[in-house]
Formats: sequence, C-alpha cells, structure tokens
Amino acid sequence: MSDAPTAVLRAEGLVKTHHGEGAPAHAVRGVDLCVRQGEFVAVTGPSGAGKSTLLHLLGGLQRPDSGSIWLDGERTDTYSEARWAVERRRRIGIVFQFFNLVSNLSVADNVELPALLAGVPARRARAERAELLAELGLAGKERSMPGELSGGEQQRVALARALVNRPPLLLADEPAGSLDSRGTREVMRLLSRFHQRGQTILLVTHDARLASAADRVISFFDGRIADDVELDGAPSPGAGVPAVLELRD
Amino acid sequence: MRLPLLALLARGPAHGYELKQDLEQLLGAAYPQPNIGQIYVTLGRLEKSGLIEGEEVEQSSRPNKKIYHLTAAGQEALSAWYEETSDEPRVRDEFFMKLALAPRTGLADQIALINRQRRHYLNTMRTLSKLATADHRDNRIAHLLIEGAMLHLQADLDWLERCQEELEKPE
Repeated sequence: MSDAPTAVLRAEGLVKTHHGEGAPAHAVRGVDLCVRQGEFVAVTGPSGAGKSTLLHLLGGLQRPDSGSIWLDGERTDTYSEARWAVERRRRIGIVFQFFNLVSNLSVADNVELPALLAGVPARRARAERAELLAELGLAGKERSMPGELSGGEQQRVALARALVNRPPLLLADEPAGSLDSRGTREVMRLLSRFHQRGQTILLVTHDARLASAADRVISFFDGRIADDVELDGAPSPGAGVPAVLELRD
Repeated sequence: MRLPLLALLARGPAHGYELKQDLEQLLGAAYPQPNIGQIYVTLGRLEKSGLIEGEEVEQSSRPNKKIYHLTAAGQEALSAWYEETSDEPRVRDEFFMKLALAPRTGLADQIALINRQRRHYLNTMRTLSKLATADHRDNRIAHLLIEGAMLHLQADLDWLERCQEELEKPE
C-alpha cells in the first residue's frame, strides 16, 4: 500500500449498529477513512449522524460490528480491552465535550496521571506537565481542583492530559460543545497551534467555525461520508469574504 | 455608506480623507473599505439633500479642501437611524431557487449542489477564521465584525445540513 508509511490512522468498511430500545440505530454504515501524518481532519454533521460513534470506534472506546482499523499500520480492531487501555495512553490522546477530568485530583495530577500510568518516571511526568500547562496558559493553576476552573480552563487541562504522552494522534469529540464563543475560539487557536507543530488531529464537531480550523473537512450524514474536502482557504469564485463582511446600508 | 458618514460627522466637522481614515481605523483592514471616490460622491449627495454642509478651506500649496459638518436635518436623520431596528439578513434566495428547481431541470443533483455550496462556504469560513486569529485581536470592533460574519455563515452551513438531511430522506 502506497500510503501505509504516512497513514497514522486507517479504517476500512467500519460498521456499528446500536441495539437499544426500539429499532436498531445504524450509527456507522460502511466507512473508509485515511488520516495521514500531520493532517488536521474535521468530521462534521448533524447530531445523531454517527460522528461521535465513529470517533469512539477509531479510539477503541467502542468495538465495530465489522471492518478494520489500523494505527500506524498496525491492526487494532483485534486488540483486547487491556491492550487498548495501554495503547490509548501511548498512541492516542482524546478530549471530550465534558472534559472528563478526575474531579478529586488536582490539575497537576490529572495531567501527570496518564504519563505515570504509561511508566514515565515521575520527574519527567512533572516536567512534561509543567511545560504543557505553561503552554496552555494554566501556569499557577497546578493545585486547583477541576471544579474551581471555568469550562474553557478545564478543557485546556483535558488537552494537556491528552497530549502529555505525546501521542501521534489526537482525537477530539466536540471539544467546544459545552463552551461559549470565547472558549470555542480558544480551543480553535490551541488545536491550530498544536497542528502547526505537526500534531495529527481528528476532530468531531457540529460547529462549522471549529471545523474550519482543520485543513480537511469530512461531512458525515446518516452513518456515511457524504463529502470529503481539502480546505485551502484560497478565495473561491464568487463574492467570498469581502461580501460576507460588507455592512449594508 | 450615507448614514455611517453622518455618524462619523456627529463628533465634529471633518473632510473626506479624514472620514476614510476614521472608518479604516474603526473597522480594521478586513472590512472592504470604500474608496475615496465613493466617499466624495456620497458626501456630495448628502450635501445636496441638506443633511450636511461643506465649507471650502484654502490650502497654501494644494487645492482647496472641503470640511463638512452635520446640519440640523442631518442630526435628525442620524437620530432616526438609531431609533429604528435594522432589517434581518435575507436567506440566500439564489441558492435556494437553484436547489428547489434542480429536479425540474434535470441539470443538477440536489445533494451535489449542496456539497458544492458547502465547500464554498467552508473555504470562506476558513479564510474568516484565519482573519479572526491573525491581526485583529487588538481591534475589538473589527473582531466582532468577523465573528458576526462567521456566525452568519455557520447558520448557512447548518441550513445546508438541514436541506441535506431532508432531501436524502425518501419522500
């Protein structure tokens, strides 16, 4: 396969059906996807389109009914739960809509925990944590508890936690979904910054503003990829930016 | 352009070029600025309709410049402007008509139309978000203008999503 050396993530024929009350929900219906090293990909679509399920399958949080997933060229859909738990710490960072911080651990401990669990020496875990928190504008908040922080700050702690093991892939599931406009902008800015330094990112969002920070946008409808487009930000034909900014009489 | 120029004159008399500079400083580089010619033409019309008055001022080495000030009628027009609420932005009716009529023409597939329109909007959105993060952080008004444009575009994108959801369903 020609794209194998640079594909951080690859999926083929992914299918997932939820069996709950009532009719079965076909959340993911045959998805092929390839994310290359250094790409920033956004998956957008209406709520209920199955985009979060897709992210959960890719991150090993849920198992596909069928289909295959490769992480750095290695099949992951055959991993055991225990194996996934290890791999997720090392190779994938995940941020969620509701931050999912450990509420009775300090900010510093929340960030250091995945490093320690991955066997990183305590001193290095502390150093990594300090660097990330400073980078994310959270220096001085080390001893705070998550509940004492604003939503935007909590999401930044979650981002530090996701990146502390320097994973090749960052998955973000509606990372601005519970933030206000300012928090959304902040998340956008930070994701762009990490991306510029080479971080591969797969972002799931219903927010087109957030998606436009990515350089590739996949439109997801009804469990399928409806469109997949590289954004070049080049002025497209038509009125474009000047016209949307123009104030009218 | 008429009422913004009146508003700029509310603070005191100014000549055309000053007004252009004021506007640039207020709204930032992202806003498509009217050129000086448009400003002079508009000032001429405002003067003709009695909303402002110009006074020629002699300059030693250059042609005379005209300094404008608001008249009582201009003051009143400006107050009326602030009294009334502004119209809602219109739905993009051109795309809507294309979409609605597509099946009758047999010339375009509705979903393909939506996908293409979305690509166009997404690229514009990307340009706007670059503008928003780039050099306007220090200019609050310019920033709000860009953010407003992004929110409108987001609504257009949400609406495209609704169209796609609806039109992909069997009737």
